[in-house]
Amino acid sequence: MNAPLRKASIVILVLFGLLFANLNWVQAAKGEEYRTHERNSFRLRDVEYDKQRGNIEVHAGGTSTEAVALSKSTDGRLRYQREYPFGDVYAHVAGYKPVYGTASSVERFENDYLSGQSDELFTDRVRAMFTGEEAAGGNVLLSISKAAQEAAYKELKENKLGVKVGAAVALDPATGGIQAMVSMPSFDPSPLASHTQADTDAAFAAYDGDKAKPLLNRAVAETWPPGSVFKVIDSAAALEAGSTPETMLEAGPSYVAPGTTHEITNASANVCPQQQISLIDALTVSCNTSFSRLGVELGRDVIKKKAQDFGFEDEALTCGNLKENSGLTVATSHVGDVANADGSEDKAAMAQTAIGQKDVRITPLQGAMIAAAVANDGVQMRPYLVERLLGPDRTSTHYTVNPEELRRSVSSDVARDLQTMMESVVNNGTATSAQVNGYDVGGKTGTSQNGITDNHGWFVGYAMKGDTPVSAVAVFLEAAGNGGSAEATRIAGQILKAVTSERGGN
Amino acid sequence: MPRLKIDSTKRRNSELALLALALLLVLAYSATVEATMLDTITPDFWVPTAALAGVFLALHVVIRFLAPFADPAIIPAAALLNGLGVGFLRRLDLDDVSGVAEAADRGAFAGGGGRQLAWTLISVIMAAALLVLIRDHRNVSRYSYTLGLGAIILIMIPAVLPAQYSEVNGAKLWIRFGSFAIQPGEFGKLALVVFFAFYLVRKREVLSLASKRFLGIDFPRGRDLGPVLVVWMMSLLLLVFVKDLGTALLYFGMFVVTLYVATERSSWLIIGLLLFFGGVFLAYYLGELVGGPFANFYDRATIWLDPFSDIDGDGYQLVQALFAFGTGGLFGAGPGGGSPGIIPEVQNDFIFAGMGEEIGLFGLVALLMLYLIIVERGLRAALDVRDSFGKLVAGGLAFTLGLQVFVIIGGITGLIPLTGQTTPFLSSGGSSLMANWMLVAMLLRISDAARRPLASGGGLATAPGGKPAPQQLHGAPTEVIRP
Repeated sequence: MNAPLRKASIVILVLFGLLFANLNWVQAAKGEEYRTHERNSFRLRDVEYDKQRGNIEVHAGGTSTEAVALSKSTDGRLRYQREYPFGDVYAHVAGYKPVYGTASSVERFENDYLSGQSDELFTDRVRAMFTGEEAAGGNVLLSISKAAQEAAYKELKENKLGVKVGAAVALDPATGGIQAMVSMPSFDPSPLASHTQADTDAAFAAYDGDKAKPLLNRAVAETWPPGSVFKVIDSAAALEAGSTPETMLEAGPSYVAPGTTHEITNASANVCPQQQISLIDALTVSCNTSFSRLGVELGRDVIKKKAQDFGFEDEALTCGNLKENSGLTVATSHVGDVANADGSEDKAAMAQTAIGQKDVRITPLQGAMIAAAVANDGVQMRPYLVERLLGPDRTSTHYTVNPEELRRSVSSDVARDLQTMMESVVNNGTATSAQVNGYDVGGKTGTSQNGITDNHGWFVGYAMKGDTPVSAVAVFLEAAGNGGSAEATRIAGQILKAVTSERGGN
Repeated sequence: MPRLKIDSTKRRNSELALLALALLLVLAYSATVEATMLDTITPDFWVPTAALAGVFLALHVVIRFLAPFADPAIIPAAALLNGLGVGFLRRLDLDDVSGVAEAADRGAFAGGGGRQLAWTLISVIMAAALLVLIRDHRNVSRYSYTLGLGAIILIMIPAVLPAQYSEVNGAKLWIRFGSFAIQPGEFGKLALVVFFAFYLVRKREVLSLASKRFLGIDFPRGRDLGPVLVVWMMSLLLLVFVKDLGTALLYFGMFVVTLYVATERSSWLIIGLLLFFGGVFLAYYLGELVGGPFANFYDRATIWLDPFSDIDGDGYQLVQALFAFGTGGLFGAGPGGGSPGIIPEVQNDFIFAGMGEEIGLFGLVALLMLYLIIVERGLRAALDVRDSFGKLVAGGLAFTLGLQVFVIIGGITGLIPLTGQTTPFLSSGGSSLMANWMLVAMLLRISDAARRPLASGGGLATAPGGKPAPQQLHGAPTEVIRP
């Protein structure tokens, strides 16, 4: 019976050989993949919370900075507790880092750096090993301005129409650095960073179950019809086609596009009732009939091309760290098909598209980027949030942003004409409440119909000091109804004032 | 005679040295766990290891007197596995306590680790008692039919008991009275091996001789196939009623291998494998088509094929185990440095995954080597022992242990579909520990007989030329007569 016993012994060796081989596969070959799998985050938390996670900081005037997310030591088993001292104000920008769950925003895409795991911090880790100091994570300095962010948050939250849903974005047109980003309603991230799973789950369930979706960052993640804001694109296309601000357009109380019976009218009877109006005045008073006609005359392809030059249909856009090209995913802004069933241009749809209705959709960030391109001599910069990465001891800088040109939207000549026109809107037209003393402010209001709720209110604009752009801003109020765009304009003015006063303090 | 005495003493001394090394490793393990998890080593960290040392040394002394020629590697290997198991279960307890002070106050027998320590003491004492009781393994064959009947009763009790007395986590494998529960199947397994060995020693002649040749394979006659088919059907019935695929596979593999060893006919292996895979495919397709009692197996096969398709649901446990293995990587996070608590049932079926995160690939390979040592030393005892009954019992027990390790560890590493089994000597639970220590005692007893020099009074006569004489056992011939 020894021969079969020997064979049984070989069978056992083969079975154990399979176990050895498979363990090698699971632990060595696939180890890295399993270790870094996003659903494996819980497992590393104990190790992770044994060292101090870095700060997320914003500019607080001059060269000073202030932490909006930081870690404090505790007596518990997890030695550090994440805190968000400003609660709702920076919730969507900085994000949150839960012990039990997935992080968001900067906390998510700069996790490696904040937790001290990234390659940039390798020398710091080695140094900590030799000096016996506690290794800590690196600090992330955002391009956000405390004054602008707080103004945007306060004004949006306390808006005079009692609107609950909205967003505001401000950015530096010359660099693309985001100065303020607020989404409303907001939430307090601190309960999500609780060390108790029950508390985290309860807080998350409350936020997630809220119909108003407070966790959603509306500044980048959702799109709405822009209404008259889109007339800036039409104007740019017209100027490039050879018009000047003084070129006369047909106006009048109503316009019916070829091949349809749908009548496009103006916002009210006293807006451009005359037969003719100059391009600059048409923008200033927001004349629908002129721009619809202009859109149909220029045609779908020209308008869509110009919209793309301003960033529409950019499906790859993110807003975060330029070097890693990581960050918040930005929802794509669309013009729509403007096509009949056979694919040919639908002129009736084109007439509506030209005034930002029909299928046109933009994010608030896209709105700010349109204004920024105009202010920055026609060049649109890639938006970013991360300005600098500082070592744990703050003496070394591991990264400083190198602003990146995203695309040229219009020539400098056209940009200058657009500035003239948009400044006319603020100085003589629908957006006087956006004025800032000592600065040239340009902008465009928008009131967009969505067919379901009250009209949305929009304002996009910018402030310049001489030839230097200072800030571009977009404010959006969902279903704000009458006066929505006026309130959006007022809020934008307050945000621009906050940015310029901080600049003035330099 | 003096020379022989030196021989056995040397063997026992190496056992003692290996045992000391094993205990030292266990001590170092518990110190590391406390240093990592509590940032301090409690003054009582040595107590569980000392308790283990006491009982293992007692066992060693019993062996010195009652089985002096037994294989010296088996006890240290089992003791190291058992000690690390206790250490790891104590480490899991530390996850539940919030403060260092509270953890330091824990007694030696508190918590899951303490319970395991208590079970270890009982189990090792039982193993020693078995060595005292059974001085010659061949005596066991007298009780073979009783053991066979007992095995079937033990295995069947949970299946026929109402669920409230027999079901834990969906598996009907238990007999429960209040908070106390035993898994009779663990003992049934041992009794079954003894019964198989006895039955086959008696029947092997007719099973190997009377056959028909078909397609180049010798097939036994239908009526001789009966017992195989009966056990196969029993395994399938178990699978259906008890929802315990692992045990069904284990019994079946155990039977086919003892049959193969007894008859030396590979046709049994082929028939066995065909029936096994036939059964598996049938269960899979029945599970897909009609569900019902077969759904459990179908679900497990689906999870095995792609655990990541349902991370939050059915695949959760396996995925978390894979994460634990992957996070551990080559060297592991160190004892106490991982998060084994995330894996459901980490103290039972998934203990190897929990340990894998902390001791890494190198540690796990070492653990597997310990199992391999026990199994191969058991098979070595089977090769060396002179009587057929002893060969079949030792071979069957060793192979079953190896197969069980393969089934559970293959399951939790994603090599084969997952079936519930305990990991011998590591998993929490008294029945499993006791049964496995009894298994070790049997292997020791047989290896003692195998290594005992013939002149030293082992009761075996020497044939001319120094070869052992054929042994008579209930009239069964020991030499197989080839047709």
